[in-house]
Amino acid sequence: MPRVSRRGVYVRKARRAAHLLFFKRHRKPGASASELKRALGPDYRKALEILDRQLRELDLRVREVEEPSVEGEGRSRFYITLRGTLTPTEAKYCGWRIDDLAGLAASILFITARGGKAPRKEVEALLEEKLPGWRVKAGLMRYIRAGYLGEDEQGNLYLDWRTWAEVDQKALVDLLMKHEE
Amino acid sequence: MPSRRLERLRRVINLCRAVEEGVDPFSVDVGSLLSTLREIFPELKNPEELCLDVEAVDGVSSIVKRQGDWVKSRSTTLYRDPFLLIDKLRRLGREALAEMFLEVWRPVVELEQITPHSLEVALRYWGGLAPLSERWRREEAEAAAEAGEFRVLTEDFEEELEALWAELRERAADKPIDYWDFVVAETYEKTIRRAYITSFLITYGYAKLEVYPLEERMQLRALRKPRPRVEGGCMMSIPIPISFEEWRRRVAEGKP
Repeated sequence: MPRVSRRGVYVRKARRAAHLLFFKRHRKPGASASELKRALGPDYRKALEILDRQLRELDLRVREVEEPSVEGEGRSRFYITLRGTLTPTEAKYCGWRIDDLAGLAASILFITARGGKAPRKEVEALLEEKLPGWRVKAGLMRYIRAGYLGEDEQGNLYLDWRTWAEVDQKALVDLLMKHEE
Repeated sequence: MPSRRLERLRRVINLCRAVEEGVDPFSVDVGSLLSTLREIFPELKNPEELCLDVEAVDGVSSIVKRQGDWVKSRSTTLYRDPFLLIDKLRRLGREALAEMFLEVWRPVVELEQITPHSLEVALRYWGGLAPLSERWRREEAEAAAEAGEFRVLTEDFEEELEALWAELRERAADKPIDYWDFVVAETYEKTIRRAYITSFLITYGYAKLEVYPLEERMQLRALRKPRPRVEGGCMMSIPIPISFEEWRRRVAEGKP
């Protein structure tokens, strides 16, 4: 097969991958590895590499996330995320006040410190040390609805799919430990 | 001696159970437990002893598994001393925490659009939707029923207005009557209703409200004929709050 044609095939596959990753088709955005393989063929990773290179110009990237499932087996899912960072002002324009961000960060760190699961009451008590009660309740509801946190039947909070997709938990813990008061 | 062998096996099993219930798995010397089991094993004869031996070996293996899990958890990159982490978290300000989060946050980019599921729901709705002509007929019938109810309400209201005006004329025939004396009734609901209708009597010119702010007094004067509103005249609204406590106090004072 001529080289130009082969490149054209991958460019088309990269476009199709962009459609699959940008447009939300299920409850969660992005696409699973198996979906991409089915739609793009076994060399779907090559198409994702091309798409990732094209997105670099827009400060976006294709991100592979290994999500822990209930059975303990990890499954890969791909998302398009921001490559760089948002400034506090940009975050505010997206509807995230400093209180919301701080509350989310504190919840994620607390749950991480507790080994991935913590009683909701304890998370609320921690947040209420610095935020008014009504804001804590509304904040937790928002984090759960957005998929950052999940709540089980026993009233425990855990880190849900969006935290795994968007937050570098290790870097967050490192930043906290290195923070000089 | 069989009883001594059984006793040693049971001790091993109890120790394994204690670890399962939360004792530090590294506080147990697994090597010595295995040598005890190895030492006893050739002397075991009956099925009961052999079953206990199996249970003990299973318990020891669960301790080894717990030790493995502990090492694995501590060696992960995310592990930090939880107390230290939470303590640091408590001492950190909101702004610092938010800035820290922004450094590690890479929001997902996603576009919302119609999905096959929402299309299906929309189609079901469209299928069940009655034609416009039929819906209009239904809406007209409902509107007529509502208007009927309204008419009844209006007629009742006019009657009430007339009755209260007559009562006011009778009670305030010679001299004005205190507003509260006239309005307060045996129940709170009736009092509110009387005050509501009285406000219409005043607005429509069937009665006159005289307010004496310094004496904190209000009087009602009945007018024999409704007084038309003077063109260009100044209208004034006087809010009169009637709380449940106010009503109770006035009833206790003997009004009405």
